[in-house]
Amino acid sequence: MTTHEIHALAGAYAVDALDDLERARFEEHLAVCAECRTEVLSLQDTTLLLSDLTSVAPPSSVRDQVMADIKKVRPIPPALARIERHRPRRWTNLIAAAAVLGVLGGGAVVIQQVREDDSTSQQDQVSRVLAAADVQHWNVDFRSGASATLSRSVSVGRAVLVARSMSPAPSGKVYQLWLRKGGEMVPAGLMNGGAQQSTVLMDGNANDATGAGITVEPAGGSTSPTTTPIALFDFAQTSAVRDL
Amino acid sequence: MSSLQPVSSGDPSPEETGVAAHLAGCLRRSARGDEQAFAELYDATSARVHGLVLRVIRDPAQAEEVTQEVFLQVWRTAARFDEAKGSALAWLMTLAHRRAVDRVRAAVAVTRQDTSYHQNSQTLPHDSTAEAVEASMEARRVRSALLELTSVQREALELAYFGGYTHTEVATMLDLPVGTAKTRIRDGLIRLRDAMGAGQ
Repeated sequence: MTTHEIHALAGAYAVDALDDLERARFEEHLAVCAECRTEVLSLQDTTLLLSDLTSVAPPSSVRDQVMADIKKVRPIPPALARIERHRPRRWTNLIAAAAVLGVLGGGAVVIQQVREDDSTSQQDQVSRVLAAADVQHWNVDFRSGASATLSRSVSVGRAVLVARSMSPAPSGKVYQLWLRKGGEMVPAGLMNGGAQQSTVLMDGNANDATGAGITVEPAGGSTSPTTTPIALFDFAQTSAVRDL
Repeated sequence: MSSLQPVSSGDPSPEETGVAAHLAGCLRRSARGDEQAFAELYDATSARVHGLVLRVIRDPAQAEEVTQEVFLQVWRTAARFDEAKGSALAWLMTLAHRRAVDRVRAAVAVTRQDTSYHQNSQTLPHDSTAEAVEASMEARRVRSALLELTSVQREALELAYFGGYTHTEVATMLDLPVGTAKTRIRDGLIRLRDAMGAGQ
């Protein structure tokens, strides 16, 4: 698509009518095109008129749940968001920004959950997820005969990946796990493969994830996927309950 | 609470400005962890959010989940709202719409049953005899403004905004040449914007 043609996507973008690839390309374009940014904002404003037509109050249980959820989650600090506005939002920059705030004594909140659990409590968490009454499972079978099961318990708030017969990751590479949150793939752990069974407690709160994925990344992992996922889990699909 | 008025293309009325400023203030305070401010924001906007999510996702249980997720994301990321770039309501509804569309697309492979969009549940008036279920004055104004769009523009907007379809899918469904649906969507929005602005 030519640069000239990409402007034509502004209308579709404003109503989320682009596929993932077009959306990513258009967002790259938005970063450098003020005219499109202005148009998108105006059109998004116009879509408010459409949502005038469909108001439906949610049950009070939703309010109760939301108010309970927010007590467990800290908002991104305003100072950090201001820094983000002037720099592309990549994990490496966010972590560097947090370090700067720390040096200045700003009491920066660590954005990504630091893995402070020792191996014993990680094992506890894995067991709690797998034994929880509300655990859900999603399974992927690979052509090689390997398989992977992602298990999530909302009451525990974590997800676990169990991979069976995964061949070792290529030399210099690693399997990386992701949780899909708000349209982005968020890093959630690394795995080597090569064992009959590997179990990984995925990083972070799994309750606001809409899915998960596995990619092959350079050793040490990446801040966002650099390759096409080898497996994708979609939490919107009915899970299969099975004995592991 | 009276229905919220979006900021339209003309000069906002004092009431609109007041509502918009209140929401922006709630969002700013939420970013600092003010749960009371966030509760006010929720109470002012949850029907709009949930109604849209429900229309896109259709399944009430999933819609409730997504509405919850949306507000949690609003809480977590409130500091990213930049007042210079549009209203708090637009920021919030853009976030909500995107999550609803992402969720429904993830479910497409298994459960999408919208193969015929000629169901009775069309949201936008397709002819002048469509029942106006919405009582609010604002909604009535929007419905009559929509009648100024061509039927293709209206249908394209319906499928894209409320159906969560991509513009290429919309082109196929409406039997349009590839690439023209995105123009219809854009033109429809502009015409709607102008029709509402002219009526001030």
